[in-house]
Amino acid sequence: MAKKSNQQQAAAGAKASTGSVKERDARTQRKIEDLALDIVKRALAGREPVVEIPTRTKSNTIWNKKRGILEMGEGTAERPLFDLKTAKQFMQTMLHASTIQDLIAAGKTSSLRGVFYKAKHTVAGTKENTFDTQDESDPILEDLEVLLAALREELHIFAENRGSMVGNITIVDKGDEIDCRRMGSGGYAMPSIVEPDVIQFKKCEAKFVLHVEKGTVWNRFNEDRFWEKHNCILTHGAGQPPRGCRRLLQRLNQELGLPIVCVLDNDPWGHYIYSVIKQGSISLAFESTRLAIPEAKFLGIRAKDYRQCGLDEAVKIDLTDNDIKRAREIAAYPWFEGHRGWQREIDAMLANGFKMEVESLITKDISYVSETYVPERLKAKDWLE
Amino acid sequence: MQLGDGTPSEKHMETVVKERKPNPDGKRRGATAEEMSARQKEVSVSEFFVKNRHLLGFDNPRKSLLTTVKEAVDNSLDACEEAGILPDIAVIIEDLDPKRPATAKESNYRVTIVDNGPGIVRKQVENIFGRLLYGSKFHRLKMSRGQQGIGISAAGMNGLITTGKPMVIHTKPSAKQPAHHIELAMNTKTNRAEVTLDRESKDFPPERFRTLSGGTRQLSQEGVFLSPDSFVTGTSVSIELKGKYQKGRGSVDEFLELTAIANPHARVVFVPPSRITQDEADDMLPGTSSAAAERSKGEAPAQTTETGGVTVFPRGVDELPPETKEIQPHPKGIELGILLQMIKDYEASEKGTLYEFLQTRFCRVSASTASKFCSAIGVSSRAKAADIEPPQVEKLFKVFEDEKLAPPPTDCLAPIGVRQLLAGLLKGVKAEFYAASTREAAVYRGRPFQIEAAIAFGGDLPADQAARVIRFANRVPLLFQQSACSSFKAVEETPWKNYQLQQPRGSLPVGPLVVMIHMASVWVPFTSESKEAIADYDEIRKEMKLALMECGRKLGTYLRKRQKMRRESERRDVFERYIGEISKALNAITGEETRRLYEALLDQARRKTAVADQELDEDGKVRRQEEDDFDDDGVIIVQSAIAPIEQAAPVAPLQFDATVPGKGSAKPAPEVQASPAAKASKGAGPVIRTKKDLARADSESPKRARAVDDDDPKLF
Repeated sequence: MAKKSNQQQAAAGAKASTGSVKERDARTQRKIEDLALDIVKRALAGREPVVEIPTRTKSNTIWNKKRGILEMGEGTAERPLFDLKTAKQFMQTMLHASTIQDLIAAGKTSSLRGVFYKAKHTVAGTKENTFDTQDESDPILEDLEVLLAALREELHIFAENRGSMVGNITIVDKGDEIDCRRMGSGGYAMPSIVEPDVIQFKKCEAKFVLHVEKGTVWNRFNEDRFWEKHNCILTHGAGQPPRGCRRLLQRLNQELGLPIVCVLDNDPWGHYIYSVIKQGSISLAFESTRLAIPEAKFLGIRAKDYRQCGLDEAVKIDLTDNDIKRAREIAAYPWFEGHRGWQREIDAMLANGFKMEVESLITKDISYVSETYVPERLKAKDWLE
Repeated sequence: MQLGDGTPSEKHMETVVKERKPNPDGKRRGATAEEMSARQKEVSVSEFFVKNRHLLGFDNPRKSLLTTVKEAVDNSLDACEEAGILPDIAVIIEDLDPKRPATAKESNYRVTIVDNGPGIVRKQVENIFGRLLYGSKFHRLKMSRGQQGIGISAAGMNGLITTGKPMVIHTKPSAKQPAHHIELAMNTKTNRAEVTLDRESKDFPPERFRTLSGGTRQLSQEGVFLSPDSFVTGTSVSIELKGKYQKGRGSVDEFLELTAIANPHARVVFVPPSRITQDEADDMLPGTSSAAAERSKGEAPAQTTETGGVTVFPRGVDELPPETKEIQPHPKGIELGILLQMIKDYEASEKGTLYEFLQTRFCRVSASTASKFCSAIGVSSRAKAADIEPPQVEKLFKVFEDEKLAPPPTDCLAPIGVRQLLAGLLKGVKAEFYAASTREAAVYRGRPFQIEAAIAFGGDLPADQAARVIRFANRVPLLFQQSACSSFKAVEETPWKNYQLQQPRGSLPVGPLVVMIHMASVWVPFTSESKEAIADYDEIRKEMKLALMECGRKLGTYLRKRQKMRRESERRDVFERYIGEISKALNAITGEETRRLYEALLDQARRKTAVADQELDEDGKVRRQEEDDFDDDGVIIVQSAIAPIEQAAPVAPLQFDATVPGKGSAKPAPEVQASPAAKASKGAGPVIRTKKDLARADSESPKRARAVDDDDPKLF
């Protein structure tokens, strides 16, 4: 087990992923082989087979203030075979390593669910399944990502498509040119793997990206041709944006220098989505370099909007005890803790005692959000960073 | 009629005459005192017991048979031990009416007990067998089986009353002289024996028993049944009586089985009554020889055997119980009336001073203690015992109670001993775990006693019943009135739940358990003359509980360890289950041979769990027990009696079929059958294993080895 910083490895992996697919696959296969050979050596030498897996927990997450992102710490957890608590997981790790090796060798990719089914069978001679549910399988794959310091696409695994994009940009996806200006009402479905070898940016006039929380709001903006009027790209991530969506936003920001402006709900969940887009998440801290967008901006909905926009009483949704608890937790995140604007914002929400969804602006007018609210705020540069 | 505490009860029973008031008409009704006095006469103790035979254990035909055997065997064992002879006893019951209808409730039996004891000198024969309450044991404080001198003569009396036949006695007190052949009947009026036959005879041990049945004939040929070599001296008593022979609880069989357990130094041969005629018996094929079993005693513990219907309880240990001393009463163990009587007796015989009396007639009273007692009641140490007034005696009695005295000496007690207890239980009870413990001597009412307990667990014992309690007093099994016995209460009060057993509130534990309790004392406080239950003194019950708890703790340790071992084996199962999958996955990635990986990992899994077994053994106490085969810590484990560990989900051996990867290889594997080796090992004789062996044996058990069992064609 390599004990090098996984962060560095992940970064190296990201950089290397620009190399040819063949090279990349060969490298991943070598990593899996090294892992397996280590176990074989231990087994034959009579030493206990064990894999050491970097831990994906809050305690092993470090806030890199300088880079403005969450990073994974050095902490690892041993997963020995001869321990009742980990014996099954050890077996599952080996099974998935073998499954992935097969996928790479065959040059195919598989969904998370596909991998689950491929490795699921009855343990020889018993009535026990290797995996009972996909919930058992997915974390093992994440374990392998950090264990092998390889990205998910390098393991030939993808998640379901989630989130849509439309706007003044033309991209190439697996060789097909896609004009995002001509995507009709549905938009371009963002795939889970959006690495440069899959998606290249061809022509982009857009000046910024407007990212909204969910599809309903996105539909409003798209119907109102907001991206056309304001020369931008319009995206949504169906709630908590999946890795593909975040990676694409990050590439648009890094490679094309486009600012990312978020319009999310005025509630702890919305704040958390922003936090993940901006700094990365705990469970995927090892991918923060690839996913986090420290420059991302939070345009709204703001706590002050109830009064400022003169919204109807009916839009108020009372904060639950859980919301209040969550809000305090978010306020205590190190990246929010020293931020006066955010402290005030969260305090204001708690003082209001209610939350508001983006849709609450509809009470003013059906297109108030796209024609008044967002343009005004953009013009005034009234956002939180 | 309470026969405790030395109350002289041989004299007579008095009838109390009450004065009556005259009737209103002035005429007396009924008899006058004079008339009545003519009818008043002494009741002999024999007459009393003729009418009250149930008090002595002759309540019904079945119990009569048992009591007859019991009294004779007790006497024989006592006599042998006192003479320093390892007891060899034959119990023969002959059915004298074999042609009776099958529905008959009783039959005539002849019970004969032959021992190799010291024999009885001619002039004592009548007294010993023909008088009630004549004995050497009543007037002394010494540990022995018999206490009152009622037993054997009462059995003879019962026989005489029910069949009219006299007792037949052969006794040979000297190796060089011929034996006496005496037949006597008791005269219950006079409590004296009447001899009907008295002659010298060379027929000892009586020849005819050797050809009684096929079984006795075979054993005689092997020289292990009534061989003249081992019966150089001895006594044979035959009593004919109306009785009933029936096996089960409270039977002669149970009594002898338990006697063998509590007396591992004794060899007992039992020839039960047979309704099969002589000719038929001759045709029967001889069974396995018990002699062979006895000869192999070196390796395996002595086990009870049967030859042609004859049961042989072999000798388990070759040493006699230590000789016990007679003791004087302890000042704290007497009552005021007894003290007065003792002083009176002393006046009559010695005419000494009180100072001397105290020192010579009590134990634990030194010269200084005696003078302290004298001054405490204001009497000079030179005062004659005869001059002491009753109030002063009363005062003396109080002083006894208040004074701190050393407890009575304990060399008067001969406990069975842990090793012997284990040997006895091993002989009679088939279990997997045995533990025994002997308490230090303690005192109740100034009388020393010692409690021993032993338990047998598992093996063939029934698992879903309440534990069987077997009770002994001075090595004599107590078969009746269990719930009235102090020991039974002690078993109920012991917290068996703490030792991993089930125990319904306030009752016996439930499980495959036999609990044995033995009380050794110079005077066992029985609740009745038939000596069936020990009286419930707090001191006695407390000691019983402590002894049981000692055994219980050992059992608890053992059971916890077994549980841990079971858990370990389950743990190993889990590992084994996954190792196959892991080996296949690693093979797919690296190309390393699956079988080689599987075996390397399996080896590790076994070592891992074996190491864990080893660690469990490391706790100090348990470890010491592993050093000796027949260990001093009072625990024996019989490996072959332990049921093989069951498996929840059997893991079939892995099939290494390289052409069917992944899911395809997950065909339903054949169910693992119980290993033939495991079955074979169950049938073998018990082999005593230490705990270390136990752990090792488990790791080598057939189940573990099956994956490399070459006999299975499905493998490799």
